[in-house]
Amino acid sequence: MDWTLYIYKTIFLFIIFLITLVIAMYSTYGERKVAAFMQDRRGPNRAGLFGLLQPIADGLKMFMKEEIIPLTANRALFILGPSIAMTTAMLTGVVIPWGGTLTIGGREFSMQIADLNIGILYVFAMVSIGVYGIMIGGWASNNKYALLGSIRAASQMISYEIAMGMTIVALILSTGTLSLHEIVEHQHGIHWNIFYQPLGFLIFIVCAFAETNRAPFDLPECETELIGGYHTEYSSMKLGFYLFAEYINMFISSAVIATLYFGGFNMPFIDQLGLSPNLLTLLGSAFFFLKIFGLIFLFMWIRWTLPRFRYDQLMNLGWKKLMPLAIFNILATGAYYYFTEFN
Amino acid sequence: MQALTNRSKIASNKKMSFMERIYFPAIVKGMFITIRHFFGKKATINYPEQTREFSQIYRGMHVLKRDDEGRERCTACGLCAVACPAEAITMVAAERKSGEENLYREEKYAEVYEINMLRCIFCGDCEEACPKEAIFLTDRIVESEYERLPFIYGKDRLVEPVDLNLRIDISARQTENVLKFKQNKRFAHNK
Repeated sequence: MDWTLYIYKTIFLFIIFLITLVIAMYSTYGERKVAAFMQDRRGPNRAGLFGLLQPIADGLKMFMKEEIIPLTANRALFILGPSIAMTTAMLTGVVIPWGGTLTIGGREFSMQIADLNIGILYVFAMVSIGVYGIMIGGWASNNKYALLGSIRAASQMISYEIAMGMTIVALILSTGTLSLHEIVEHQHGIHWNIFYQPLGFLIFIVCAFAETNRAPFDLPECETELIGGYHTEYSSMKLGFYLFAEYINMFISSAVIATLYFGGFNMPFIDQLGLSPNLLTLLGSAFFFLKIFGLIFLFMWIRWTLPRFRYDQLMNLGWKKLMPLAIFNILATGAYYYFTEFN
Repeated sequence: MQALTNRSKIASNKKMSFMERIYFPAIVKGMFITIRHFFGKKATINYPEQTREFSQIYRGMHVLKRDDEGRERCTACGLCAVACPAEAITMVAAERKSGEENLYREEKYAEVYEINMLRCIFCGDCEEACPKEAIFLTDRIVESEYERLPFIYGKDRLVEPVDLNLRIDISARQTENVLKFKQNKRFAHNK
C-alpha cells in the first residue's frame, strides 16, 4: 500500500458516501412520486422544479423540529438506537463492487472500497446489527407500541435471515466464492445468476423486502396498528435517521441484489463494443446504477401494490414456505453440481 | 331474501387452488393494475397555476355594485338579510346627507354592510331578493385565512371600485331568464 492508493480510497469512500446519501434522499422523493402516480395523484411538485427540492425541505423540517426525549425513556439507549440504524446502514456499501478497475497512469484502481474475501458474510453481519438499532430504539422508548414494533422487527429479521442465508448458500455453491467481486466476475456478460438461480432469486428478494421492513412486510412500523411502531416516541432528526436508514437500506439491498443476481457491473455484449477499458468500466458502473434504480422502483412498486401481511401470515410464509423452498434450492443446486462436475 | 343490487358476491370457504396459494399470479396481476395507473391520467389539477373551469353562472364571492355614475346602488332595505337562509348578512342603515348625492344613489344607504363568508352558503338568494340590483355573486373565490375574523367581509371588500375599468363584471349572471324577468316594469327604476 502506498499513499496514492490511500488517497484514492479516501476520495472513493467519500464519493460512495455522498452517492448513498443523495440516492437515499431522492428515494424519499421518488417514493412519494411513485405512490402518488400509482394513486392517480401528482405527488410533491411545489418545492423547486417538479418538487425536486422537496427532500431538502423535508430534511430542514426534521432539523427544525423540537427534539423530545421522553422522561421515562432510557436516555443513552434512546440516542444509541437511531445512531446504530444509520451507521450500519451506511457501512454495508463498503464491500459492494461499484465497478470494474480503472487504469490511471499505468496504475489499477478498483472501484470497490474493500474487496473482503468474505464480503457476503460482512453484508449479512451488518444487516443483523442493523436490527439492534430498531430493537434498542423500541425498547428504550418505554412505550408499548414501540416495544411491540421492535419485537416484531426482531422476530421478523431472525425468521427471514435464515431463508436468506440458505439461498446464499445455494448461490455460493454455484459460484464457489464469498467475495462479492468474484461473484460479479463470475457473471460475466449475460451469465447472470438470476438465470441459474431463479428460485433462489425469488426467495432472496422476498427476504430482502422483509429485512428492509418494506411493505408488505412493514409490520415493525405499521402506522395503522402500532402508530409508527418502534419510532413512535421519536421526533426531530432522530426520527429522520430511522426513516433515512430505511431508504439507505433499500438502496444497499438493491445494490446487493443487483450484485448477486443481476451481474453487478456486467452488461450484455460488453466484449463486442470495442471501447477502451476505462470507458467500459464507467459504462458498467452506470449500468449497475441503472439496475439499482430499477430494483428500487420494484421495491416501491410492490409497496404501493400489496397490503400488509398479518403477523401469523408473515411467520407462516417465513418458516413454512420460504425455508423449505430454500433448503430444496440448496439440494437441487448441490445435486446438479454433484452429477455434472464430479463425474 | 331478495338482493337489493346485483353486486353482492357469494362467499365460500372453498380451499384455494395451488395457483391461488402461491400468490404470485395475483401479485403480478396487482402490479399490472398499479403500473397502469402509474402511466394513467392524473385526476388532480395544479391548482394555483390551473383552475378548474367555472360554470357560466358560478356563485362565488359577492360584489356590491355601483351605478354608472359611481354611486352605491344599495339602499339598505334589508331584503337580502331577510332572504339569507344562513343569516350571514348584517347591515346598518344611514340617511344620506346633503352633498353625498354623488356617493349614494338613494336617500338611504348602508353604513355598514357585512357578510360572514363562513356562514354564507352561496345560494344566491340575496341576489334574487335585491330590488336594486345591488348585490351579485361573482366567479371570484373567497380567499382562505388563518383566523375567523377576517372572513367577515365589510364594505371595503364588497363594494366594487368607482373606476369604470375596475368594475366587476357580472354579465354572466344575467342569463336570459333573468333579463326577461327584469322586463317587468316594477324594475324600471334600476335602468
